[in-house]
Amino acid sequence: MKCSDFLKELTDYLDNTMDPHTKADLEEHLQWCHNCYVVCNTTKSTIEIYRGSKLYELPDELRTRIHDAIVTKCQCHKNDPEAANSSEQTSSEDKSSK
Amino acid sequence: MEAIENKVGEPPSEESILVEAARSGDIGAFESLVRRYDRNVFRIAQHITQNREDAEDVVQDAFLKAYQNLGQFQGQSKFYTWLVRIAVNEALMRLRRRRPERTVSIDEDVKTEEDSIPREIADWSPNPEQQYTQSELKDILGKTIQGLPTSFRTVFVLRDVEGLSTEETASALELSVPAVKSRLLRARLQLRERLNKYFKRRDGDTRP
Repeated sequence: MKCSDFLKELTDYLDNTMDPHTKADLEEHLQWCHNCYVVCNTTKSTIEIYRGSKLYELPDELRTRIHDAIVTKCQCHKNDPEAANSSEQTSSEDKSSK
Repeated sequence: MEAIENKVGEPPSEESILVEAARSGDIGAFESLVRRYDRNVFRIAQHITQNREDAEDVVQDAFLKAYQNLGQFQGQSKFYTWLVRIAVNEALMRLRRRRPERTVSIDEDVKTEEDSIPREIADWSPNPEQQYTQSELKDILGKTIQGLPTSFRTVFVLRDVEGLSTEETASALELSVPAVKSRLLRARLQLRERLNKYFKRRDGDTRP
């Protein structure tokens, strides 16, 4: 197996979505190819770091504000679907013209 | 209005009960769905739009659109996957509005200079993220992912940050499974390459 073949399979390998035979071939390659071993490990870390990061959390205050707005809009839509649609259109036009 | 189909033999999930109640006009049930997924939708929206105000609007518009169109939700995909599809479209629309000079599309299969060939092979320090404070780390991760093309960034966020399966990501983005896998591989390798400068193992000083 060449390093380029290993790279093509890296996503399936990291996601553990490959047949056992291909997986065994990749692991055999990893045993002697230091570069692929490093790329594999650091790519795995990349995923783990992003997955565990607290990037773009929704603060409680903003969350409450968004909830209130959604519920009010849904209530308007429930009471008068056509009016809610037209007021939504107007407000998005207002915003886009700003 | 047709009831949402469950798979044969499966009891209705808590989510499908909430969706069904919301379809019948129960706003409280819809609010429970909002509470369940608002953080995810906000994160996806901010990753795509890279703008907090836009992300806030996307969350509101996506949930309102979902509420208005619950009648069209057939239950063949999960409610969350359906909601993500709406949110991604809303986010892309905002991004296009903000950057009309740049084409923004999920369909674009961008060839970038870095693409998928690793250029720097350097091992990282153990627990590399611990070299930085939470705020420094957020800054590094935010800046790094913002540099990816929109289509790569979106696939990476849905698949690796939000944990959707490859099939769910494909369904949410209306892409084929091979297209998702190709973008995911390139996104992962490009992020890895860009994070090298912050995380690679150094002799002595561990900071760049």
